[in-house]
Amino acid sequence: MLKEALNDKQVVLGSALILFMFCVAILAPIIATHDPCETNLSPEVKLQPPSREHLFGTDDLGRDLYSRMVYGARISLTVGLVAVAIMLLIGVVIGAIAGYFGGVVDTVIMRIVEAILCFPSIFLILMILAFLGPSIINVMVVIGLTSWPGVCRLVRAEFLSLRERDYVVAARALGASHRRIIFRHILPNALAPVFVSATLSVGSAILTESALSFLGLGVQIPTPSWGNILTTGRFYIESAWWMTLIPGLAILITVLSYNLVGEGLRAVLDPRLKR
Amino acid sequence: MVRYIAKRLLLIAPMLIGISLITFIVMHLAPGDPTSMRYGLNPEVSGSARAELKKLYDLDKPVHIQYLLWAKRLARFDFGNSFLDDRPVMQKIVERLPATLLLNVCALAVILLIALPIGVSSAVRHGSLYDKVMTIIVFIGYATPTFWFALILMVVFGFMLGWFPISGLRPWYIEYYSSGRQVADLLWHLVLPVVAASFGGLAGISRYTKSSMLEVLRQDYIRTARAKGLPERKVIYKHALRNGLLPIVTILGFALPGLISGSFIFETIFAWPGMGRLGYEAIMQYDYPVVMGVGVIASMMTLIGILISDILYAFIDPRIRYK
Repeated sequence: MLKEALNDKQVVLGSALILFMFCVAILAPIIATHDPCETNLSPEVKLQPPSREHLFGTDDLGRDLYSRMVYGARISLTVGLVAVAIMLLIGVVIGAIAGYFGGVVDTVIMRIVEAILCFPSIFLILMILAFLGPSIINVMVVIGLTSWPGVCRLVRAEFLSLRERDYVVAARALGASHRRIIFRHILPNALAPVFVSATLSVGSAILTESALSFLGLGVQIPTPSWGNILTTGRFYIESAWWMTLIPGLAILITVLSYNLVGEGLRAVLDPRLKR
Repeated sequence: MVRYIAKRLLLIAPMLIGISLITFIVMHLAPGDPTSMRYGLNPEVSGSARAELKKLYDLDKPVHIQYLLWAKRLARFDFGNSFLDDRPVMQKIVERLPATLLLNVCALAVILLIALPIGVSSAVRHGSLYDKVMTIIVFIGYATPTFWFALILMVVFGFMLGWFPISGLRPWYIEYYSSGRQVADLLWHLVLPVVAASFGGLAGISRYTKSSMLEVLRQDYIRTARAKGLPERKVIYKHALRNGLLPIVTILGFALPGLISGSFIFETIFAWPGMGRLGYEAIMQYDYPVVMGVGVIASMMTLIGILISDILYAFIDPRIRYK
């Protein structure tokens, strides 16, 4: 499967772009040309268009946009990964329990899942964040806490079909505990579709973070995140286009890369989608 | 059919309980209680006033009783009064609903009008250059932050070209227009918000249409139709399309949460006087009762949308109702 995936142009292109973004984030202190939080309010410095000194121009407080973008990559990428890790942890465990045990447990869990899916996700997240207070940690946790129903359904469906297989019956006959059957026997066989959906979820978590920052309840200034650079850019959109265009493109490319990998892997896993 | 509908309706009850429970839990996540939200910064409010307010919200009772009382009020759509202007929450929401419905219905119509033809034609010409170009466009659309797209629309068509208004729904001068011009003005104000709101759904739904259509084109009866020498046009538009578009009915169900979520963003960007902006502003001002009311009403709208799409699906596809 790995070999096939590496032959897929889509997966390779996406992975290369993701790798590039991670390099940028990790090397931020080295490749940044200025201090991302250093302000300079003199009119010659603030709101300047891209130039040799300031590759991506400067913002309303005279901060170097290139350096802020580079440091912002750290926030956006971390939020994506951590939020999805939390989502997976909750979604996989609850989905496994629902699918494995079935019956009343399954019914109750699925009703809760459907009820959560009814909530407009952005509003639910905003509501919780408004009460807990916005911070990077809260943003990651709340995105994770509200996005698990999708994975949960997926894992449940996998478990429902896998639990009837002969090897599971055999394991049960040998006296294996429920925990052992769930985690050692069934879960490894259900991981492939979960991995695809996790990859796609990283993209949507990054989009959600940027939307939250845009609405003022995400990562707070002065910490740079692509979302909050966009938010400030919004107020200077007529005069300083670079403050809006550049972070938007960065988000687009990152999310696109994750989707390329996710969809590519899905095609590799599902022979029916092959051309 | 009646039995199927009855069964679907029965399923609504546990969902409603779930929705009310989630809202209740979120409400209790807040530090302190609603009284401190309202009067926390105001030292003039005496302890007795606070106690009175606590009683009003039943905060002096045990949690499970609080929930039952909350559920009882919810059943009557009584969300209390807004902290800001003391008007009933439900009245505030009802005022704002038409604008939100107008925006979302138009967006849904635009999505269907554009995404369905794209999906069907890409499936029919699967693997062609057209299909590849469309796939790339859909991929990019899927990854675009929708609020960013809305901002770009605003700059290009609002500021630079000046073709469309960038905010609001009914400007003050509309009263002086004839009714025909009022409608024209309304449509004119709708353009940018509707384009922005439908953009997010386009990618997903054209992809969904494409895969559903591809699935049908692989069926035996399509091969039979071709084998008996039917012209390709007839095979596709008469035999394939009818079945390929069946699952699209469910779109209403799964596009709605996205659209309503989008409302919170687009209504804020375009200063649209709808429920989404009401909810967002209530969150930013800690207007507790309004936040809860908007949350419950928005999720109920989704629930109703899913129900309608399920029933429609069973109506047009007998395989579903006899399962």
